[in-house]
Parts: sequence; C-alpha cells; structure tokens
Amino acid sequence: MQYLLTLYSDEAGWNNMSPEQQKQGIAAYAAYGQALQQAGALVNSNRLRPGNTATTLRTNNGKVQVLDGPFIESKEQLAGYYLIEVPDLDAALSWAGKCPTVGHGIVEVRAIWPSGAPSQQKPAQEAVAAGR
Amino acid sequence: MTSPNLNPCRGTQVRATAEAVARHSYGKLVAFLAARSGNLAAAEDALSEAFAAALRDWPENGCPANPEAWLLTVARRKLIDMARRHRHEAPAEDYELSAVELPDLPQDSDIPDRRLGLLFACAHPAIDAAIRAPLMLQAVLGLDAARIASAFLISPATMGQRLVRAKNKIRIAGIPFRIPERAEMPERLEAVLDAIYAAFAEGWLDAAGTDAGRRDLATEAIYLGSIVAELLPEEPEALGLLALMLHAEARRKARRGPEGEYIPLAAQDVSLWDAGLIARAETALRRAAAKNTLGRYQLEAAIQSAHVDRCRTGAPNWPALLDLYDALVAITGSPVAALNRALVLSEIDGPAIGLAALEELASDPRLNEYQPWWAARAELLARAGAWQQADHAYEIAYGMERDPSMRQYLERRRAALPRP
Repeated sequence: MQYLLTLYSDEAGWNNMSPEQQKQGIAAYAAYGQALQQAGALVNSNRLRPGNTATTLRTNNGKVQVLDGPFIESKEQLAGYYLIEVPDLDAALSWAGKCPTVGHGIVEVRAIWPSGAPSQQKPAQEAVAAGR
Repeated sequence: MTSPNLNPCRGTQVRATAEAVARHSYGKLVAFLAARSGNLAAAEDALSEAFAAALRDWPENGCPANPEAWLLTVARRKLIDMARRHRHEAPAEDYELSAVELPDLPQDSDIPDRRLGLLFACAHPAIDAAIRAPLMLQAVLGLDAARIASAFLISPATMGQRLVRAKNKIRIAGIPFRIPERAEMPERLEAVLDAIYAAFAEGWLDAAGTDAGRRDLATEAIYLGSIVAELLPEEPEALGLLALMLHAEARRKARRGPEGEYIPLAAQDVSLWDAGLIARAETALRRAAAKNTLGRYQLEAAIQSAHVDRCRTGAPNWPALLDLYDALVAITGSPVAALNRALVLSEIDGPAIGLAALEELASDPRLNEYQPWWAARAELLARAGAWQQADHAYEIAYGMERDPSMRQYLERRRAALPRP
C-alpha cells in the first residue's frame, strides 16, 4: 500500500535556528530519506517553500478567486511530504515515527486510494482470479 | 426437485447446530474472511448470508459433517458474488478491496485461527479507544449494533455509525491483522485487555442484573478474555484479567439484596459466591503467577482472591491486601487504588490511621468529585465516632451518586448514625 506522510511544522522554529543547527536538521532529513530509499519504501518526497509564499484558489460567486497566503493560517504549516510504499499501516507508522519532524512538529499518515479513482477499478472477474 | 432425504436434521437440531457454530466459530470465520482484505463489513455480510443459507439448506440436506467449513465455503462464494455485483453496479467503496483480495480456502478442514490478529486490529492505537470494546464485541462475537448500543447506553444509530467508521478505518488505512512483536507486545496487549475490561465493566455496572443486555455483556467479555488467554498462554496479564473478571462475576448474586439493594463486599453472604467461577479464577491466577511477571490485572485479581479467604477463615487476608494495594498503587499510580489501600489500612490499624491516609489523597483533583472517597470518609468517621462529620460526608457522597440502589444504601447508612 502507498501512504502519504505529510509533515507540519512551525516555520519560525526553523528560522530561529543557528546555521549549525540548520545544517544538522538538513542532515537528519537527508539520512531519513536515504534510509527510506535503501529499504525500497520511498516513492517520492519533497520539501515545500514557506507557507507565506503560498497562493490559494477557490470559487466565490462563480468566479475563481486567487488569494495570497496558505489555506490555513496556523503556526504549523505543511512543510513537506514523503510518499512511501509499505505493506500496511504498522509499517507506515513505524517509518513515520522515525521522521525527524516528529521531534518538533506533526506527521499525518494517510493511505493513497489504490489504483487511482474508483472508476479505474479492476474488473471483478480478473480480481477473483487473482485472489485464488 | 429435491429427493426425499433419509436423514434430515430436524428444525430444532439445525438451529442448535447453527447457534453452536455461531457461538464458537463466528469470530474465527470473520477473521479468516477479512484477514487479507481488512474488509470486516464485507466478511460480516457474507457470513450472515451464509448462516441464512444454512438455516434453509440444512433441514433439507442434513447438517454437514463440518459446519464451519460449509459456512466458510458459502461465505467465500458470497464475497465473490458481491465482487461481481459491484462490477455492474456503482462501485461502492465498501466492497472495493474484497474484490481483489479473497481468502484462499484452507487446504484441510482446519481453518486457521486469526482471531488474535483481529483483536489486535480492533484495539490498534490508530483506532479510537472508545470504540475498541464495541468493535471487538461485534467483529469477534457477532453481537449486533443495537445490543452493543444498549449496553453502552448510546443510541443504536450512533453506535452503528461509529462501528462503520472504525471498520472503514481498518480497511482503508490498512491496519493489519497482526500479532505484535515481542518489543511492542506489552503496550499492544494492554490495549486489548483494557478494551475487554471496559466491556466487562459496562456489564458489571448493571449490578441488579435488570438489563439482560448489559448483564450478558459481562459474560461476553469473559468469553473474549478466555479467547485471549487461550491464544496467548504465555502472557500473564491476559490470565490476570480473566481471573479478575471471573472473581468479580462469581459475586454477582451477592451484590444486591432481594429488593435490589446494594450490598457492600464486607456484608455479602459468601454462600452466594459462585464456587465454580472462583475455582476457575484461582486456576488462571496461579498460571499467571507462575510466569513471574507482575502486572495490574494480576494484582487486581490477587486482591479479589485475598477477599475470597473469607470463605475459609471468615475474614479477608488484610495484610496480604495491604501489600497488594501497595504494589498496585506503585504500578498504576491510581488514586482509586490508593483510596482502597486507605480502607485496608483502617482495617489493620484502625479508622484514625485510615482517615489520615484518606486525607493525604484529598489533594488529588481526580478524587475531588469521586463519590467513593466521600463514602469511605463517612464510613471511617462513623467508625471513629465522629457522627456529625460522618453525617456531612454521607450527605456529600449521596449528592454525587446517580445509581438509585447506591443512593439508598448511603441514605440508610446515614440514617443509622447515632443522633446526639
């Protein structure tokens, strides 16, 4: 199964760190990504630019409205993600627990819809055969 | 046309066989059907259709030699049917995974027992703690949502929704039916045992036994506890919980008088205690003790066991009780355990010492609005001859209690105080 680990953290915390601390932080994430890759669990991962550089779109009275700023104005902002492939939630939680973000922020774990949208489901006949 | 069957099973026999299989195999079949897909709802639906088919088929063709295997074969076919139907109908989220992950039929007639994995899934840390006990009662024992709802005193609709949500979480989030490894076992097992004990406590609260649904829940919880103890024979805490529940259940008849009035442990007629259940409890506790690893449930069971000494010697084993409560307070830090310890202390060293110990606990905010603390204080003040203070404490305890029989008891105790 694929899981998306979304990382939320206080951006001010990062900015208040000394260059040496920031270097250590980057090294910790690099090591974590390497471990995921070596285990064959990593599908994709990225770090995001700060929340105050986000742009938000929504429809208001039938018109698309573009706004400066993130969807939710809160101390913790979406800071990055890891898309991983593991057998089950226990394995996903175990990886999430090793993510450096847990030490200073929040990690949310969610399963990805299998094989995309429901309309792309495998035909049951084939599926039944696969189950035998 | 069906040919006349020479050896049909009669209607009552069919029902009895089906009920016996439902009782002993329900959880095993659900666990097996859902183990790969994690789809409990589909497994439960398929199994209930298989039971309905059995009630139609067996009177005609006789009860099968292996009813469990018969039901599994039929239920598995139902799952395949569901998958086919969903190919043509709207792709409902519910059966999506069952379509791709059907269980293989076991090679021989022995169906692997995956109930333990199912129990650990129900009490997984990713599942809301409040729904764990209801989920186990439904998935492992087949209790319907309405009955669970009445025991937990919430509406059937709400209970139904919460159960559906929890089952969705197991399936969609990919919670495995897995027995935890050594390192995580203590914590994970504790969650399973706590949920079982929560189910037992719901049944236990209905002490008068007027509500059949709640009373039976204690029996169901004991059944769950015995499944865990049987499947994890090396875990002393599983045995400890079983012993604790059996000891408590043994005293059910003695806990209320003929008019449903509350009877405290010390005043209970020991001849009403169930000797058979006590013997089972003591066996479980001895087996737990042989593992030499102490835990909360073993201590609580041992406390119940020390009260049983009354059957032999006429009095509880107070020094043993004090040691046990000391250990329980040390392990759990529970203010309730500390309160009971103070009461034991008063039996050994007199009410003044007991009162002093109670006073020490008064600063714990968790006891602020706790009826038993005030009732205990009232009792000890009365024993110490401080009638007026006792009267006041009984009044507060009374004001905090909701249970009618308990209120009556407190009222009686208060009225029995000598008036100046």
